[in-house]
Amino acid sequence: MMVVRRIIKYAVLIAIAIFFLTPIYVMLITSFKPLEEVSLSEMWALPSTIDFSSYTHAFSELAPNLMNSIYLVIPATLLSAILGAMNGYVLSKWKFKGSEIVFTMILFGMFIPYQSILIPLIQFLNSINLYNSIIGLIFTHVVYGLPITTLMFRNFYANIPDSMIEAAKVDGASFFGIFRQVILPLSITGFVVVAIWQFTNIWNEFLFAVTITNNDAQPVMVALQNLSGSQIVQWNVQMAGALLAAMPTLLVYILLGKYFVRGLLAGSVKG
Amino acid sequence: MKITRDQLMALLFLAPSFLLLIIFVYGFIGWTGWVSLSNWNTLVPDMSFAGLKNYIYLFGDYRFQADLRNTVFFTILFIGFVIILGLGLAILLDQTKKANALFRNIFLFPMALSFVVTGVVWQWLLNPSTGFNQFLQVFGIQPKWYTDTNILAGFQWESIEFGLPVAMIAVVIAAVWQMTGFSLAMYVAGLTGIPEELREAARIDGASELQIYRKVILPMLTPITMSVVIIMAHISLKIFDLIYAMTGSGANFVTDVPGVYMFETTFRGNYYANGAAIAIIMLLLVAVFIVPYLINSRRGAS
Repeated sequence: MMVVRRIIKYAVLIAIAIFFLTPIYVMLITSFKPLEEVSLSEMWALPSTIDFSSYTHAFSELAPNLMNSIYLVIPATLLSAILGAMNGYVLSKWKFKGSEIVFTMILFGMFIPYQSILIPLIQFLNSINLYNSIIGLIFTHVVYGLPITTLMFRNFYANIPDSMIEAAKVDGASFFGIFRQVILPLSITGFVVVAIWQFTNIWNEFLFAVTITNNDAQPVMVALQNLSGSQIVQWNVQMAGALLAAMPTLLVYILLGKYFVRGLLAGSVKG
Repeated sequence: MKITRDQLMALLFLAPSFLLLIIFVYGFIGWTGWVSLSNWNTLVPDMSFAGLKNYIYLFGDYRFQADLRNTVFFTILFIGFVIILGLGLAILLDQTKKANALFRNIFLFPMALSFVVTGVVWQWLLNPSTGFNQFLQVFGIQPKWYTDTNILAGFQWESIEFGLPVAMIAVVIAAVWQMTGFSLAMYVAGLTGIPEELREAARIDGASELQIYRKVILPMLTPITMSVVIIMAHISLKIFDLIYAMTGSGANFVTDVPGVYMFETTFRGNYYANGAAIAIIMLLLVAVFIVPYLINSRRGAS
């Protein structure tokens, strides 16, 4: 009886796991098919040979946009993480009258639909000549990334005992001294978690990307959407493009999944 | 009250971020609200006051009414399935100990993907002439997925037929595939936090495994369910990229949502004031969930 139950449990888990992996299977086999094997009726069939032509095609279409995404994601991730660490430090270790209200006001920015700030944002970026530029997009992601990075660092620093701060104060350390000598050395895990989270979100983001940039400055997700919306592009190329665009975040997940999950939980569980 | 040098430094440290957010979140929301009350439905800005004209237009608009209907059904189905599937899988993983990490990683990896990638792939998997329908035709069923224009259990309401748009089910499947990992991770963390002694005690009292889950474990997971509902609700109310990449508005707007309408009417049609009004309505819908949640969780924390 127990054995039967266990077999059923594993059967259910395996069935759902297969369902979850199906899209990856289809992406992989389709992207390796030569053009003549791509047909609606043969979608599930394995390719007869491994053909890289859809990858070379997709890469030649997406390469400039992949570079744009890299230029976007690295500075935006670093800046929003550093500012988040500073805010988190103050909001966890230097609480003041009204700091909880300030924190709640910051947090609200994480949940707003960005449509509700998009029109003024574009007017603003236009007025300072950053519309349709990667720098404008970096700025946008830093500002609207602040709530989540602040939340993550605040919760992270809440676990550093206050007694350590007090001891440093007794030793004569100042506000900056404590940040540099006590907090930052303990922040490495925090920075890894926040950086992975921001990297994934900014890389995958679409609404800001599609409204703030056009043509040359577009990040890869916008280019991928254009590729798949185009009637003349074969879907083996679309699948190869989707895999190429997803590769950086998938690799981060495969290599550092533990930290990714920590970020996911840190961003949602109240601290 | 005397402020020390260090306390002043702390305030100065926080000030730039706080000021940015005051301007770029609150100030810009205010500006969007102002635009939504203007006549700016042209390429050239026209900020003359229009009162509630844009809102009145939207609530009488066929497309916007369809969007509200679609959002209601999408939100209910999406949250329901994410919770049931996530909780079910977490409980299964709680009971089977072998290969747990592997299964967890498989269920979680879609979270690392972009909604655009998800949209591109599922658009093919749920394409009526290929994809899953190749298996389903063995059983003689050929769903039309996101191309279906039927409204289930529909009745006339204003200018639209109110009911479950069948095409939305395809979008729900893709969204659930992507986001179930989130609720799974939350429930796994919650289950890990329940001390073994508690279950032991219930067992000694003669409770069956099923009773332990129903009476002991599920009630302890209620706060997690609340968090998952709130977070999924705000994702679903502002969803844009998945639908834009996967189906677009659909025939008769069966898969349209406010996020897509706002984008198209503002940036493709230059109806800025209408777009701003849609954005403000989206914000209010999200705020209904988020504001009580934020106030409540802050109160609990301090």
